[in-house]
Amino acid sequence: MADTVTARQATATRPAGVRPGRRGRRTDWKAVGAFTLLTAPMVVGLGLFKYTAIGWSFLLSFSEARGTVDLGSWVGFDNYAFLLEDEAFRSSMTGIVLFTIFIVPVTFGMSLGLAVLLHGVRRGRAFFRTGFLLPAAVSYVVAALVWKMSLFNGLPSGVANTIGGLFGWDVQSWIAGTDPPLYWIVIITLRLWLQVGLYMILFLAGLQAIPVHLYEAASLDGASRRAQFRHITLPMLRNTSVAILMLILIAAFQAFDEFYNVFMTTTGNATAPVRPPLVFLYDTALKGQDYGVGSAGAFMLTLLIVLVTLLQGRLVGFGRKD
Amino acid sequence: MRETTRGTPATILTYLVVGVAALLFLAPFYVMLRAALMTGTQVTDPDWRWLPDPFTLQGFTDLFDDPSVPMAGALGNSFVIAIVTAPVSTLLGSMAGYALARISVPGRGVVMSFIVVTLMIPASATFVPTFVLVSAMGGVDTLWGVIVPGLFNAFSVLLFRNFYLKFPQEIEEAGRLDGLGHLGVYWRLALPNSGALLASLGALAFIESWNAFLWPLVIGQDPESWTAQIALSTFLTSQSINLPALFAGAVVTVLPLVAVFLFAQRYIVQGIAATGMKD
Repeated sequence: MADTVTARQATATRPAGVRPGRRGRRTDWKAVGAFTLLTAPMVVGLGLFKYTAIGWSFLLSFSEARGTVDLGSWVGFDNYAFLLEDEAFRSSMTGIVLFTIFIVPVTFGMSLGLAVLLHGVRRGRAFFRTGFLLPAAVSYVVAALVWKMSLFNGLPSGVANTIGGLFGWDVQSWIAGTDPPLYWIVIITLRLWLQVGLYMILFLAGLQAIPVHLYEAASLDGASRRAQFRHITLPMLRNTSVAILMLILIAAFQAFDEFYNVFMTTTGNATAPVRPPLVFLYDTALKGQDYGVGSAGAFMLTLLIVLVTLLQGRLVGFGRKD
Repeated sequence: MRETTRGTPATILTYLVVGVAALLFLAPFYVMLRAALMTGTQVTDPDWRWLPDPFTLQGFTDLFDDPSVPMAGALGNSFVIAIVTAPVSTLLGSMAGYALARISVPGRGVVMSFIVVTLMIPASATFVPTFVLVSAMGGVDTLWGVIVPGLFNAFSVLLFRNFYLKFPQEIEEAGRLDGLGHLGVYWRLALPNSGALLASLGALAFIESWNAFLWPLVIGQDPESWTAQIALSTFLTSQSINLPALFAGAVVTVLPLVAVFLFAQRYIVQGIAATGMKD
């Protein structure tokens, strides 16, 4: 049902000019053959690794499936109920919400700020852009290694403690200490380092698309820089901002790599102060071989992502009216 | 915003802030190299020194001599995976994108929806079931098990479709006059003229595949099938005594990508701009 609706919409939005000449009602079998050949690999691949996988997992989430992926022993909503009552899963969900609340505005603000600054820079812009974007080529594993073993290693030789020492601060253990939870600084700065450059590039593209004459006209009217930023730059960046917010948000909810690598010790990650949902699911489904509960958790996380995305779309939609 | 008059306090302040930020962004690379070129005792010395004294490549030799971390094999695996994934996933996207944009057949809208709907499924919802599926197909501990599920990217289909919608009709018609069919037009004319988009999405796919962690971790349980990221992560969490070797591992894992990045930066920037702006 949903498919036909979207199909109709897709047809409706197709530009009229691109349709090759109509051949009446006769089916062009050569065209059908070419179309099938070109789309088949993608359709089969997505069918297998998205649709079949999701469908199977959906059924598993209603089954008892420990150490097996066979369906059959249906347990209704037991897996979901188990997770809702599981302290570890609940704290993993609140942990990721907390992380998202911090990381989204900070990433957004820093990338917008850097983009605006860089947009004002004429000489050496390419050099600075490379500098900010280069970390985007680094993996979370490598970043976690540098953050954990050097910057925030908790030893007097660590970079953060060396700098702190200049100000007379005590040596902090950063990752291992939970009171105060300084590990959040480790986790958040790590993600900022890897991601800010990417979103900055997107903001830069948005800034470059704003017509210069808008600023010229505003200057003639005596508008201050701050007023120009508020009344021209921000409104013109609306679509870019919505897209970027969505990207940061969805990426944050699916955080795995840095939590796994920063908190993993020789004895596993049982001592991790935060276990985000993906790490929890990895432990449950792949380490614990409980595919039923693992699948149920995946669907609850997906539901949360979809809800938050819709909510964000609504909030932004309301803002558009004023 | 644009008129940057030289020498005003505001301009100087801008350069100062941007310069300091750039230094901060580049500092971790320096930290990594510094530790990789030091001796173990220098790394943990509480007295900070800016440069290794003496420089030593001992960390790199230790890294590749360590039998518990198959770093050389893991780098080879990563290379094979990325070098296959980048062109194949890009080509598959381009094929489907061309068909959806340029070949009018009944049911085209349905195929389009079938592909686009998968964009709404977050990757987190699929790694458990995909593991189940791939392991049922015997893909655990194999390179194809790592590669194949990552080849189908609905997003690149969408980008290629938008690109081919704007492809000049005259070129296509000229091809028709020369007797080319749909496939011929795609292969001889459309594909060779999509160089920039192929390069952009290919470079991004290469980076993404090289840096991937969760999926290779799930599927590669035997050290023989580890990628560089998995080997490095295991090294990081299993032992942390030989710090220079550990940082040398980080350096060799990052170096190929920094090279790709500097070489293909123009395409990468275009690719990011294209993929970020879905509509």
